[in-house]
Amino acid sequence: MNNIADDLCRGYKARADARALFLAAAFFLLLTAMAIGLCIGASGMEFREVIASLLKDTGRGHSIIWMLRLPRIVMAMLVGFGMGLAGAVFQAILRNPLASPFTLGVGSAAGFGAVSVILVFGGGFQTWYIACGAFLFSLISAALILAVAKMKRASSETMILTGIAQMFLFSSLTSLLQYMGTMEQVHEVVFWFFGSLSKAGWREIGLAAAMILLPFPALLWRAWDFNLLSSGDESALALGVNVKRLRMSAVVAASLVTAGGICFTGVIGFVGLVAPHITRMVIGNDHQFLLPASGLVGALIVVFADTLGRTVWAPQVIPIGIVTSFIGVPFFFYLLMKRTREYW
Amino acid sequence: MLKVMNLYFNYNDTRVLEGIVANVEKGRVLSIVGPNGTGKTTLLKCIAGILKPAAGTVVIDGHDADGMARRELAKHLGYVPQSMPVRFPATVFETVLAGRRPYIAWRPSRDDLERTAEIIEEMNLADLAMRDIDQLSGGQAQKVLLARALAQDTLYLLLDEPTSNLDLRHELEMLEVIITLAKRKDMGVLMAMHDLNLSARFSDTILMLYQGKIFCSGKPSEAMTPENIREVYGVEAAVRQENGYLQIQPLRCADLSPSRGNRIPPYVKDQED
Repeated sequence: MNNIADDLCRGYKARADARALFLAAAFFLLLTAMAIGLCIGASGMEFREVIASLLKDTGRGHSIIWMLRLPRIVMAMLVGFGMGLAGAVFQAILRNPLASPFTLGVGSAAGFGAVSVILVFGGGFQTWYIACGAFLFSLISAALILAVAKMKRASSETMILTGIAQMFLFSSLTSLLQYMGTMEQVHEVVFWFFGSLSKAGWREIGLAAAMILLPFPALLWRAWDFNLLSSGDESALALGVNVKRLRMSAVVAASLVTAGGICFTGVIGFVGLVAPHITRMVIGNDHQFLLPASGLVGALIVVFADTLGRTVWAPQVIPIGIVTSFIGVPFFFYLLMKRTREYW
Repeated sequence: MLKVMNLYFNYNDTRVLEGIVANVEKGRVLSIVGPNGTGKTTLLKCIAGILKPAAGTVVIDGHDADGMARRELAKHLGYVPQSMPVRFPATVFETVLAGRRPYIAWRPSRDDLERTAEIIEEMNLADLAMRDIDQLSGGQAQKVLLARALAQDTLYLLLDEPTSNLDLRHELEMLEVIITLAKRKDMGVLMAMHDLNLSARFSDTILMLYQGKIFCSGKPSEAMTPENIREVYGVEAAVRQENGYLQIQPLRCADLSPSRGNRIPPYVKDQED
């Protein structure tokens, strides 16, 4: 090894270190945001009280922390992580900067799946029925997008149009279900849609965590192949990637993650599109870092937005989807204007 | 030796390649020439395993390519596309490092990084290493793609019109790099070429394709005759030796015999395996 080659290696490693640092920083920020969210709430508990309630049974405080705030924050974290991760995966496999669970209609499909389970089974369903319904329909919609992409060798535009068409279709189907449902059923559905994070219990969290976190290592394992996909199917094939199998398995995984994020909280759209882009602007397109970092950034946005939504208008709670857009969009615009490199 | 044996490829119902036979020897350069739409790129893609031939086999040093896993194949064959779509661009270093993919399990090892750095230096790309690939000129980008294929450390190299985006100087530079590599590393090179003069000058053997079939093959001076060029390209040309090189000078369009027909070449879309 001579000097120039040595320098090159060092340059690459320095970048990798910077990315790892970003990952660590995002993780630390997320923990901080969660801690802050835990301390803030309508009941006005003090910091010391929060800590005490977290650790031992103090009666009312203990139940506020363990039954209300903590589940809510953990759910926010999971949903954000899931949306960010799914967005990054969809963007990689479709090589499309506009792809996300939301713009591809996968989120609406999952929502429709969840709602139909709620309506069909009325009150007598189990939590995991909803998860199954959401997963089934997210899978169907993702498969449809893939089929269009394959048949027509679809351009970015075609795929997104297909996604948007699906989004409308599944929203309409959801409305139709509500229209046909009885009063109680509609109430149930609306509660589901707007209840958002407030309905999260530990049982739901366990299920969502399994759906979001279990596919994660498998996706991360393929990070290098996602990198190659961005230079086209041909290059990826020539470098030994089984593109077809990669795409299929990644779609199943990303649909599962999407369903996990959506089935208990309703459709939170924006995070899945924006978190990967924000992350990419900062650390580039190496999926070894991009996948976990998109998840962390997504989690950070949702946790932060939720805390904000609970405090600015307290004791009113602004639904999470609204706050997410309010803080995400300006920040995204700022980054768009500021960026010096073209990322898509 | 890389052997292409009796290869056929159909796109829908149209025959694109018919009975192609070719031998690529180590340390030698074989060029495929022929008019547009005659199947040069398709042939390369079939050999690289990007397209699946309807019939025929590719044998690499005695091993049937069809029985090889993709990763294994990528250790034997490097493929350099004409250009590469850019979405979410990576840096030059990362792009070349991607060539190490067949050897990388989860993350690149020290060896992979060193090998990448060496190749970047060899190809005089060091100054560009941390640039994004979408900020390069066409010539630089093509060099990066070649560097990526070299990072694969293969015995055979397939190149699709490696000089298509290059100006005069870069054209020569690129081809000189390729033949030097072929000789020094004892690599077998198979490239699709557009320019007859350049392919005559830089190749050991020429494979002339016409309408998906081999029209002729042999040494440049045997294949590049006025008769062959008239028949295949429909162009009257003068061929002579000058400054030690074969010179092909196109003169005018030849009168096409009615039997020749005007085949509309099918557009071959990519398919996944």
